Amino acid sequence: MQYFRAPSARRIVNASLVIGVAFVVFGMSFGVLAVGAGASVWQACVMSLLVFTGASQMSAVSVLAAGGTAASALGGAVLLGARNAVYGLAMSPVIGESKWYSRIIGAQWVIDETTALVSAEKSAMERRVAFWVSAPILYAAWNIGTLFGALLGNSINPKTFGLDAAFPVMFTAMVVPHLRTRAGRRAAFFGALASVALAPFMPIGLPILVSALGMLFGLSPKEDIAASEPVTDGAP
Amino acid sequence: MSWGLVLSLAAFSYAIKALGALVLGGRPLPATLQRCLLLIPAALLSALIAKDTFTSGHHIVLDARVLGLAVAAVLSWRKMPFAVVVFAGVGSVALLRLVA
Repeated sequence: MQYFRAPSARRIVNASLVIGVAFVVFGMSFGVLAVGAGASVWQACVMSLLVFTGASQMSAVSVLAAGGTAASALGGAVLLGARNAVYGLAMSPVIGESKWYSRIIGAQWVIDETTALVSAEKSAMERRVAFWVSAPILYAAWNIGTLFGALLGNSINPKTFGLDAAFPVMFTAMVVPHLRTRAGRRAAFFGALASVALAPFMPIGLPILVSALGMLFGLSPKEDIAASEPVTDGAP
Repeated sequence: MSWGLVLSLAAFSYAIKALGALVLGGRPLPATLQRCLLLIPAALLSALIAKDTFTSGHHIVLDARVLGLAVAAVLSWRKMPFAVVVFAGVGSVALLRLVA
């Protein structure tokens, strides 16, 4: 808690609240859609508490909603979380200074947004402040949003509100920041093509796993992605 | 949805984060591997978009969801806030279904 009294804390709190508002909206959308796909309010909330990776959670729910198996839902969700290992590398000096129990919690809070806030800071102390101040705010925002969304989802019929269209709309908002690089656009084009072309021939959810091969565009050293540069997508 | 899925996803997600933050520590992954891992969201998110917009089960279909995708794409590209993108995208689909 001492980090909240640091000079740079107020600035981080303000930045986190702005992102936090988006997290609440996104968390609510997730809660509504998770319940719509057959999750209980408890399951939606436990998922947000323990997974805390928006793209993974949304992907799992989307595959299940389309009629995919739990295995393919899990596979796609895990692949989407793989980037957090890269962010974790950048964050290890920041959380590595803390006591063991703080490190255990801190690891859960390694997401693209906290990594981006930390990367923007200069000194080691300011980096630690950025992480330990922003992470609990964003974690709270995501879980509060999920709870409200799940409760809301229990009381409405998603189809009446066009909420089945919410999946592609939300994924679109998330993917656009990834399209700023040429490699990102190539991977995205490959993924979309594989997904539609393979849909008639494969079990539901499997084309999503095949689309991950789009990552191989990263093999070319000429590609203009800065390694480990966080791309924030509006969700954990 | 099964608790097995919820808990195994939780375990995998935490393990991935902990691998980078706690286990590997100061030893960086090869740059090529990092580039590839960071490209996964671009590939998978657009695969999910394509699935949720152009397919229904094993069939390729074109319906009101395409409008939602177009609205969301334009607004996201113009860096509109997330809430605006979602409400406008979902709202446009609901509206089209209402009048069509």
